[in-house]
Amino acid sequence: MLELRNVTKIYQAGTINETCLFQDFNLAVPDGQFVSVVGSNGSGKTSMLNIICGSIEIERGQVLVGGKDITRMSEFRRHRTVGRVYQNPALGTCPSMTLLENMSLADTKGRPFNLRRGTDRRRIAFYREQLSRLNLGLEDKLHVKVGSLSGGQRQAAALLMSTMTPIDFLILDEHTAALDPKTAERIMELTDQIVREKKLTTIMVTHNLRYAVEYGDRVLMMHQGKTVFDRAGEEKRGVTTETLLGLFNEISIECGN
Amino acid sequence: MGIVLSTVEQGLIYAILALGVYITYKILDFPDLSVDSTFPLGAAVTATMITNGMHPLLTLPASMLAGALAGAVTGIIHVKCRVRDLLSGIIVMTGLYSLNLRVAQDKANLPIFGTDTLFKNGLTAALPDAVADYAPVLILLALVVLCKLCMDWFLRTRAGYLLRAVGDNPTVVTALAKDGGMVKIQGLAIANALVALSGCVMCQYQRFFEISMGTGAIVIGLASVIIGTNLFKNLSFLRATSAVVIGSILYKACVAIALSSGLLPKPQDMKFVTAVLFLLILALGEVRRKKVKAHA
Repeated sequence: MLELRNVTKIYQAGTINETCLFQDFNLAVPDGQFVSVVGSNGSGKTSMLNIICGSIEIERGQVLVGGKDITRMSEFRRHRTVGRVYQNPALGTCPSMTLLENMSLADTKGRPFNLRRGTDRRRIAFYREQLSRLNLGLEDKLHVKVGSLSGGQRQAAALLMSTMTPIDFLILDEHTAALDPKTAERIMELTDQIVREKKLTTIMVTHNLRYAVEYGDRVLMMHQGKTVFDRAGEEKRGVTTETLLGLFNEISIECGN
Repeated sequence: MGIVLSTVEQGLIYAILALGVYITYKILDFPDLSVDSTFPLGAAVTATMITNGMHPLLTLPASMLAGALAGAVTGIIHVKCRVRDLLSGIIVMTGLYSLNLRVAQDKANLPIFGTDTLFKNGLTAALPDAVADYAPVLILLALVVLCKLCMDWFLRTRAGYLLRAVGDNPTVVTALAKDGGMVKIQGLAIANALVALSGCVMCQYQRFFEISMGTGAIVIGLASVIIGTNLFKNLSFLRATSAVVIGSILYKACVAIALSSGLLPKPQDMKFVTAVLFLLILALGEVRRKKVKAHA
């Protein structure tokens, strides 16, 4: 169980531009649940992910994992059990290192980064097999620097890297937003496959309403730091893109757009 | 012939420094000015140890250790106190100036004439005259190749991968559940260990420590790295570390040519020429800025 309890987040506290994003925000995600999160810009989706991962600090409240308070735990320590894929394909990989070196780095997560050889040759076949699942031709590019791959290829590699070693949580921050429709579709299918296979607790922020409806077993809509719509399990199956779109429009009208 | 030999010798000595600067500048993307003080730190440690009758070989690990400590301090100032990278280097550089004088027994100039060094000892004295002239260059070559091979090996270990990753994309290091700051501190320690080793060797080569011998060391290091990596970037069989070593020798050759061609009205103009040369290298070589990075 991943929990946010009474979280308050204020941006630019103590200045004239002080904005309170979250006020006593609560969220509980049971183990193994795949949550899709939608919402307009500035609704707090990415901030929520940043709070879970420890990338930003909160003013009040608690972040709990399995009942254990991790509010004060540093970002890098939290990543022992967290994998994260960003919207920007450049953030998930090291551009001046080869694909093989990147895969090896990811494979070493959770083990000591000592003076043993960086790339375990016996694992190369495994990396190839993993990459070939993507159908992007990456299995033949092991010795290519990742910086010269396309955005889609980099994002696919980033997804593989973040889920290569055992983790509990997968945090996806609009991870298909920068990709062309076909590649986005492929990455989304692969994400679903990996989440099911590894039984990961997943939170996926997306602007694609269809993905939010099709994938995952819970859908959340956020608006101005609040959850305005939350359906899980059976109820979620009844949700359509029209439902979400209608809700979006209602909110927009309230805001005077 | 003599001038060629001494150019190569000096180029090799500064090659060790350049390998250190390669780690900070190219791998960590950290302009580390503390180099200007860790170079003489290595020399000060060496001069003091040798004048106190210690074996010349012992000075090598000792100065590396001193350099590593100083480098780690630069890293800690940057990472833990959140001081900008350039300023962290300047703080260490300023502080070490005094400490270097302390280490060198409060002397701005500490000669080590008449004692055994790496280049003048029982072994080299036994060499026939024909070979003796080449003894320094061969000793230096062996040392530089050893450093280069160690670095090549290290950069391909897991720790080396992590070091490269932190300069390339710190987000990945966080995602690997590793503290990027610690990795930076380690990288700066390794880099300055090499720089101090270079200072140690220079001290034994010129047979004295001098407090201002580090002035402009960072420029020499950067110039070597940039010449080397830009000149040979299309030769994939040549490792970056080899390119840096060659770059250092080439840079020393450029300076030697500038000096001997009478382009310099006075020897005092040396630093000015160095600055102009460095500017030229930067302007010609670094036009393409590979990445925009916010310096914390």
